Amino acid sequence: MSSDDDHVYLSLAEGHGDDARWAFGTGFEDPLHGVDTTLPEDVEAGAHAAFCLALADDALVAAQRLAQWITLAPELEEEVALANIGLDLLGQARLLYARAGQAEGAGRDEDALAYFRDPAEFRNVILAELPNGDFAHSMVKLLLLSSWRLAQLTRLAEHPDPVLAAVARKGVSELTYHRDHAAQWAIRLGDGTEESARRMREALAELWPYRAELYAAAPETRDEVEAVLAQVLDAARLEAPAETPVSMGRGRDGQHTEHLAELLAELQSVARADPEATW
Amino acid sequence: MSTEAPRGSAGWPLYEVFVRGKRGLNHVHVGSLHAADERMALTNARDLYTRRNEGVSIWVVRSDAITASTPDEKDPFFSPSGDKVYRHPTFYAIPDDVPHI
Amino acid sequence: MTVTDGAGGSDSATALPELSAHFDATIAHDQRIEPRDWMPEGYRATLVRQIAQHAHSEIIGMQPEGEWITKAPSLRRKAILFAKVQDEAGHGLYLYSAAETLGIDRTELTERLLAGRQKYSSIFNYPTLSFADVGVIGWFVDGAAICNQVPLCRSSFGPYARAMVRICKEESFHQRQGYELLLTMMRGTEAQRAQVQDAVDRWWWPSLMMFGPPDDDSPNSAQSMAWKIKRHSNDELRQRFVDMTVPQAERLGVTLPDPELRWNEERGRHDFGTPDFAELMRVIKGDGPCNAQRMERRTKAHEDGAWVREAAAAHAAKNHARPEKEGTAA
Repeated sequence: MSSDDDHVYLSLAEGHGDDARWAFGTGFEDPLHGVDTTLPEDVEAGAHAAFCLALADDALVAAQRLAQWITLAPELEEEVALANIGLDLLGQARLLYARAGQAEGAGRDEDALAYFRDPAEFRNVILAELPNGDFAHSMVKLLLLSSWRLAQLTRLAEHPDPVLAAVARKGVSELTYHRDHAAQWAIRLGDGTEESARRMREALAELWPYRAELYAAAPETRDEVEAVLAQVLDAARLEAPAETPVSMGRGRDGQHTEHLAELLAELQSVARADPEATW
Repeated sequence: MSTEAPRGSAGWPLYEVFVRGKRGLNHVHVGSLHAADERMALTNARDLYTRRNEGVSIWVVRSDAITASTPDEKDPFFSPSGDKVYRHPTFYAIPDDVPHI
Repeated sequence: MTVTDGAGGSDSATALPELSAHFDATIAHDQRIEPRDWMPEGYRATLVRQIAQHAHSEIIGMQPEGEWITKAPSLRRKAILFAKVQDEAGHGLYLYSAAETLGIDRTELTERLLAGRQKYSSIFNYPTLSFADVGVIGWFVDGAAICNQVPLCRSSFGPYARAMVRICKEESFHQRQGYELLLTMMRGTEAQRAQVQDAVDRWWWPSLMMFGPPDDDSPNSAQSMAWKIKRHSNDELRQRFVDMTVPQAERLGVTLPDPELRWNEERGRHDFGTPDFAELMRVIKGDGPCNAQRMERRTKAHEDGAWVREAAAAHAAKNHARPEKEGTAA
C-alpha cells in the first residue's frame, strides 16, 4: 500500500482527542461542564427526582418512537432529520435520568432507570407512547410534544437546580428546532395534496384530545402552546378539531396504554436478558 | 402541477450547498441534496453537512439556477470543440480540513 | 457483475482525440477529473455504477444495525448506534450527491436499486442475530470499508474523492465504537464472550468477501485501476485487512475461524484461507439470507413515502404560484 494511503490513515487517527465523539451527533459538548452538581437546599430531593424522571421518560419514549422510523422515513434527508431529533431527546433523557438518580440517592444510574423499571413505573405522558402511525401522525405528535416541551424547558432554564437549568437551556435550542421541523411539515402536508391534507385531518382528530394531559401536567404551558398550534394550523390551512373530552389514563400517574408495555419490552429486551452483563 | 423545472416523478429538486465553517472564511461548496423548497433545503443542509453545528453560515441554491463561470468549463462536455481542450481543469474549492488532496 | 449504465464500448474518444488526450494526461498527472470535464463514456458509466452501488450500500447497510437501535442494552450504546446509523444515511447522501454530478438523478438510481438493476454490498444480506453483531459489524465491516475507502480518497473523480474524505473521517469512529463494544463485552459475562465469538465466526468470511472476487476473476478491476478510480486490487486490500485485524483479534481474545491463518515470516504478511466465492456470487445474485427482506423494507419506505414527497412538492409549487408570497422565502 502506498505511502499516500498511510498518510490518509494517519490523518484519520489525528484529531481524535475528543474520544467521547464516537459518531457525529454524540458528545460534542458536555452541557454540565462547569456546573455545580450539588442539589440546592431549597430543592426537595424526592419531588425533584420524580420531576426529572417524568421529563426523562417523556424524552426516552419519544426518542424510541423516532428510532422506529429509521430506515422507513419518506426521504433520505428526513432519515437524518428524524435521527437528529431522536438523538437530542435521548441526550436529554440521559442527563435527566442521571439527575433523577442523584436526587433520589438510591444509587440508580440512567440505565437502571431506563431498563429496570416496569411500565407502571414510567411517568411519560400517553401521547409520547402512542404508535407512530403514518408520517402525518408522527409530525402532528412531534408538533404537540415539542411545542409543549419547549414551553416547559424555557421556564426550567431558570430553575434553582443548576443542573436542571443547564439541561433545559441546552434543550431549548434543540426543541426550537424540533418544533420548527414539525411545524414546517404540518404546513407542507396540510397545504400539500388532497391526500396529505386528509391524512393531517385524521391525525389531528386522533391526537388533538391528548393535549388535555399535557396541560394537566404543566398548566403554565397552555397559552403558549395553544397560540403556536393556532398559528401553525392557520398556515397549514387546517382547522382545529372540535374539543371532544375523552377519558384516558394519566401517564404521569403511571396509567398507560398497552403500547408502552410493548415499547418497553423491546427497549429492555437485551438488557434484561442478561442483567449481569456489561455494555 | 408545477410551473417549476421538471421534478422527476415527484423527486424533489437538487440544491447545491455552500458552508462557511467559521468566521473569516468564504462559503465553500460542500455537496448537494434534495429538498422540496428553499427552507427545507436549508434545514436539510444544516442536518447533513454541519450536523447542526451552530454558528456556521449556509447557502443553498437550486442546482439548475447555477450558471457556470467560464464557458470552456461547459463546452467540452456539451459541445466538444477542439480549440478549448488545453485548459487547466477548474476545481471546486476544497474545504480546508480535507487532508492531502 | 454485468450492470451497465448507459453507453459503454464505442467511445467518442476516436472522434475526439484532443479531448481524450487531455483526459489521459489529467489522469496521468494524478489530477482530478471534475464533473464538467470531458470523459470517456466507459469512465462515466463505471463511476455511476460504482458510486451508486456504494451509496446503495450505505442506505441498505442502515438496516442490519438499525434493527438494534430500539433494543440497545444501555442508553450510551443506544446513542452511539443511533448516531452511527444516522451517519450511514448521511454517507449515502454524500455519495448520491457525487453520483448526481455525473448527470444522473437520484430518483433514477433508487429505481435501479429497487428494480434490482444496481447492487449493494453483499455483506448487508447477512442477518444480525445478537447485539454482539453490532460490535463485529463495526470492527470487521467498517474496518473493511475503511481499507476499501481510504484509497478512494485519491480517486481520480473529484466529487467521489471528496465524498470519501468526509466519509472516511466519520467512519473511523464507527470502527472504534465496534471494537470498544467488543472489548467491553469480553470483560463481561461468559454468555457475552460466547456471543462475541459467535458473531466473529459468522461475520469473518462474509467480511473478507467484501473486497470482491479474487484479482484473476475481477474483469472490471484493471480498467478501473488504469483510470485511477480504484487504487489497489481486491486481493491487496483483503490482505491488508487481514494483517490489520489479526493482532486486534488477539488483543480481544477471540479466534478468527480460519485454520489456515498464520504469519508468513518470509512475506512479512499473514497467509489465510480462501473465502467461499461461490457463496459471494450467490449472495450478489440475490440468494443471500436477507436479500428479499432488505429490498422489501427499502421498497416499503420508498412507496410509503411517496405521498409525503408529492405533498411537499405540491406545497412548494403552490407557494411559488401565490402572488402574496412573492419575495418571501419558500
